[in-house]
Amino acid sequence: MADIDHPIIELRRVSKAFGRQKVLDDLDLKVQRGKTTVIIGRSGTGKSVLLRHIVGLLRPDRGEVYFDGQRIDNLSERALVPIRRRISCVFQLNALFDSMSVLENVAFPMTENRSGPMDRRKINDLAHKCLEIVGLSGFGHKRPGELSGGEKKRVAIARAIALDPPPDVILYDEPTAGLDPQRSDAINKLIRQMQNQFNVTGVVVTHDMKCTAEVGDRVLMLWNGKFIADGTPDEILQAKDPHVRRFVLGQAEPADLVTFTA
Amino acid sequence: MPRGKVVTNVLAAIGVGTTDALSRWLSNFGRFWVFSGYAASFIPLELSTARGWRRLLPQCFYIGTRSTPVIMLTGMFIGMVLIVQGWAQFDAANMADRLGAIIIISLCSELGPVLAGVMLAGRAGGALTAELGTMNITEQLLALRSMGADPIRYLVTPRLVACTTLAPLLTCYANIMGTLGAWAVYAWVYGGESEPFWFYARQTVELWDVGSGLFKSVFFGAMIGLVSCYNGFHCKPGAEGVGQACTQSFVVSFILILMLDLFLGFLLNGLYAMWFGFRSLI
Repeated sequence: MADIDHPIIELRRVSKAFGRQKVLDDLDLKVQRGKTTVIIGRSGTGKSVLLRHIVGLLRPDRGEVYFDGQRIDNLSERALVPIRRRISCVFQLNALFDSMSVLENVAFPMTENRSGPMDRRKINDLAHKCLEIVGLSGFGHKRPGELSGGEKKRVAIARAIALDPPPDVILYDEPTAGLDPQRSDAINKLIRQMQNQFNVTGVVVTHDMKCTAEVGDRVLMLWNGKFIADGTPDEILQAKDPHVRRFVLGQAEPADLVTFTA
Repeated sequence: MPRGKVVTNVLAAIGVGTTDALSRWLSNFGRFWVFSGYAASFIPLELSTARGWRRLLPQCFYIGTRSTPVIMLTGMFIGMVLIVQGWAQFDAANMADRLGAIIIISLCSELGPVLAGVMLAGRAGGALTAELGTMNITEQLLALRSMGADPIRYLVTPRLVACTTLAPLLTCYANIMGTLGAWAVYAWVYGGESEPFWFYARQTVELWDVGSGLFKSVFFGAMIGLVSCYNGFHCKPGAEGVGQACTQSFVVSFILILMLDLFLGFLLNGLYAMWFGFRSLI
């Protein structure tokens, strides 16, 4: 219980709306250190929006966001920099910089005011090591455009861990979206490896149930701006709530079928 | 529905639409200046670090070096065509040898900076918007922020500095090529004598003419850089969004160049008249 009393990430009564569309509604969340928390939910329910609040890329309309006990939703971009040095993101579209090589992409967090002064050789060595961890040794000279979807995702993960010391938290936005089952499995194992090897806290946003079962220590389901389920992957798979059940089994909601049957 | 009610509804709809459009325009205008001020505030910091120069120089190459051929070509053809258009009138008045001076003044103070600006907006401005717009919709700007790098400092400031400093240089190229083009047609096509061409050019064209054109081009360059980057940063999602942003960048830059040209023209002519008095060109 001690860990959950001192969560590394905490959201208190967070609400966010875009125009008239309410995305997050009085949401509370505590993320435990060293564990991987998975947030599931249908597309467009605000999972990525939630993730962006954690790293200060979006500000809540109401509520508070805390990182390691420090309130961050009211900090300026400049004041957020030290926080962001401790959080890495793997974006849904990978967000690799097209104008740079793979090695430069991976080295970027270290070169751009993240870890204080580091010499070029040390940065390159660390970037090579990160590429080796994700199984992409020898890819450093390539451009992101020359990589497959799975390779891009692995480069994005390499970039996320390319910090000295490693980040405290890695946020994964749909890490297996658009990948074939084998590559998805490789990414899932990589997420687990990050947690085991570096004791990194993971927050994964996904609608892939296989990914959820493989990487999650705790799973929450987001529905209409609120969490409607919270438990271990097994508990979620056995959940009785009709929305959770349908999501887990991949069954459409009756409202979704009206269009086809009308 | 009674006719009076219909008219009232239509007028109300027009009123609401106009108010919405006006408030959108005003908020966009305000956001643009905040964005511009923020980007400009990083200039001293960027120019004082090696990392800042490493970001600036590739932009100088892309915006300046790559734009040079097309701007030189444009300048040359404009100089040539001005001689073609003016020759008959000046020749009939037996003043053909003064035609070069008039054209060089027009080139240096007006056409050179405006055309270099328009070409820069078309070639580099559109590409800047497309590049930043694509980075925006593929989450690369978010990735920069998430890694503690300010996207405006990292992406906009170097492009702003490159556009602002290189626009005068590109204008110089346009002026030189325009002058040479004009002389080539004057001497080789119409058989005019070179000596009076250059004599009257030297006698008539003042440093002020060249300097005022270069002065204007600094503003054109800054405006192109800011408008292009702003549109890239605020483009709508999808290929259509990026395409619209590029078109908007060019159109807005073009209109702003013409507007700035008018206001700076008034200002510079007023200053000239105040400091040096009236000058007769013919």
